[in-house]
Amino acid sequence: MTQLALVIDLNVCVGCHACVTSCKEWNTSGTAGFMSDYNPYDKDPTGTFFNRVQTFEIGEFPNTQTVHFPKSCLHCEDPPCVPVCPTGASYKREEDGIVLVDYDKCIGCKYCSWACPYGARELDENQKVMKKCTLCVDRIYDETLPEAERKPACVLACPTSARLFGDVNDPDSMVSEQIRDNGGYQLMPEWGTKPANHYLPRRKTNITIHHDELTRVDNPLNKERQLPMPGEDEQTLDDTTSW
Amino acid sequence: MNPAFSVIFLTTLIGVGQGLFLALYTGQLYSVVNVFSPRHSSEFYGYGSLLALAFLSAGLIASFFHLGHPERAWRSASQWKTSWLSREVIVLPAFMGTTFVYAMIQLNGWNPILFTLSDNFIVDLSLLVGAINMLLAFLLFLCTAMIYACIKFLQEWASSLTVINYTLLGMASGFTFCTAFAAYLSSDAIFIYGGWAITLTVFACITRVTSLIRNTKIKYKSNLSTAIGIRHSKIKQIAQGSMGGSFNTREYFHQAKPIIFKSIKWVFLLLVFILPTALLLSALTTNSFALCMLAFITQYLGLLAERWFFFAQANHPQNLYYQTI
Ligand code: SF4
Ligand code: SF4
Repeated sequence: MTQLALVIDLNVCVGCHACVTSCKEWNTSGTAGFMSDYNPYDKDPTGTFFNRVQTFEIGEFPNTQTVHFPKSCLHCEDPPCVPVCPTGASYKREEDGIVLVDYDKCIGCKYCSWACPYGARELDENQKVMKKCTLCVDRIYDETLPEAERKPACVLACPTSARLFGDVNDPDSMVSEQIRDNGGYQLMPEWGTKPANHYLPRRKTNITIHHDELTRVDNPLNKERQLPMPGEDEQTLDDTTSW
Repeated sequence: MNPAFSVIFLTTLIGVGQGLFLALYTGQLYSVVNVFSPRHSSEFYGYGSLLALAFLSAGLIASFFHLGHPERAWRSASQWKTSWLSREVIVLPAFMGTTFVYAMIQLNGWNPILFTLSDNFIVDLSLLVGAINMLLAFLLFLCTAMIYACIKFLQEWASSLTVINYTLLGMASGFTFCTAFAAYLSSDAIFIYGGWAITLTVFACITRVTSLIRNTKIKYKSNLSTAIGIRHSKIKQIAQGSMGGSFNTREYFHQAKPIIFKSIKWVFLLLVFILPTALLLSALTTNSFALCMLAFITQYLGLLAERWFFFAQANHPQNLYYQTI
C-alpha cells in the first residue's frame, strides 16, 4: 500500500520559511478556497497556514544548536483525527494514504483538531471549516505539469533540499532509503499514530585522521624508488611552480 | 484547552435534563412499588418531563453555536461506528423524542396497563417507555463523556472518572431541580428527591475531587524531546512560526491568569457541592421552594465553573509546539 509522505532533513533546514510561503501561495490560489488572513499588516496578524517553521534551541550556551523545525500534518498511518470526525469529512485515502478534509462536508466542530496531538489542523476563520496540509494532492497527480514538478509546493521551493517527497512504504524509494540510512524518526511515537512523515536528525560528519595517514605510506614511488623522494625540507616542484 | 461556552452550556444543560428525567422516573418507580404515591402524579411526571425537554432543547441550541456550519449538522449523525460525537448526535434527539412521548403519555393518560407482574407491580406503558428513556439517559451521559475521555493524549480527560463525573454531576443537578419542582407543587415527594439530590451531590463530590487529585499526579507522556525528536534535557523554543497568534494559540490555551484559574476550582467546589448540600438540607426542614430553587441555581452556576475548569485543565500536547512567540 502506498503511503506518500514528506521526509524533512533537520540537518540541512536553514529555517528560511520558503516552504511556508510557497505552500500558502499554492494552496490559497487553489479551487478549494483561499486560506484567510486577518490583519496581515496590522497588530495581531493571524491566518491559516498548512505548514509552519519553528525554531528550537538545544542545549545551553555556549554548547547550543539551533534547530529549525518545519511542522505540518504528518499524514499518520493510524490517524486519531479521522475516526472522531462525526461527519466523515476527515478521511484517509486508501490509494496513497493522504489524510484529507472534505470542505463541503465539514461542519467546523473542531473535534478533529482536538484529536491531533501535533496541532496540525487549523480552522479557517473565513470558511469555517478545518484545514490542513493536503500534500498538494491537486499538484502531484496533475499531468499538465512536467513530471519533475509533480511534487508538493514546499518540496519544490526548499533551497537546501531539506524536504523529500515519496512513498515511505516502498522500501526502494529514495525517501525510505534516506530514513534507513540517516536515522529517520517519527514525532511523538508514544501515541501510536505512526506518522508517515519522518524527520532526519542533525548529524555531525566526523572523520578521524591518524598521524600516519598524513604522509602516504603506500606511495608506490616509495617502494620502487624510481624517483627519489624529496626530503621533508627540500624544495618540491609544487613550491616552485604554484605561484 | 480553551473552554467554549457553547459546549459548557450544552453539557451542563443536557445534564440537568437527563438528571431531571431520571429523578422523575425514580419517583415513578417508588410509586410503582408503593413506597409513596405523589398527588397529581401524572401531571407531575408529565410537566416535569416537559421541563427536562426544555433543558435539553436549550442545550441543543447552545451546541449549534459551536459549529462553523450548523446548517450541515445533520451530517454529523453518519459516523456513529467510530465517533462518540456522532453517537451523541444520535442519542440526544432520541432521548428528547422519548422524553416527549413519556410526557404525552403522562399528560394525556394514554397509559394502558401492559401486564401485571404481581398484585402490586403493574407495568403500564409509561413505565416501559420510561425504562427505555432511562437507558437512553445513561447512554447519553456515556456518549457525552466519552467524547472527551476517548482522546488518550488529553491525559486529564482520558479516564473512566470523566464518565462517572459527567453522570453523577448531571444527575445531582437534575435531582436538585426535581426537588425544587416538587417543592413548588408542594408534593410529598420532596424528601425522596431531596434525599437523592444530597446523596448524588456527595458522591459526585467524592468522584470529582478524586479526579482533581488524579490530575495533579499526571505524568505527561509527551515532552519537547518527543515532540521534536531530539534527545536533550534542555530544549527551548525560540520561534513558533508566526509573530501573531494562530488557531493553535487560541484553541488550546485557556488564557486565564493563574490566580483566576486556581480560584475557579475552589469556586466550583463551593458552588456545586458545599452550598447546595447545605441549602437542600435546610430546604428539606422548611419545605421551602425558594431554598430549593436557590440550591439549584447555585449548583448550576457552579457546574458552569466546573465545566470551564474541566476544559481549561486539559493540557494538549500540541501546546509543546507553542511555548513562545
Ligand atoms: S498529523 Fe494530526 S492531522 Fe495529520 S494525520 Fe496525524 S493526527 Fe491527523
Ligand atoms: S471540524 Fe470538520 S473535519 Fe473536523 S471533526 Fe468536525 S466535521 Fe470533521
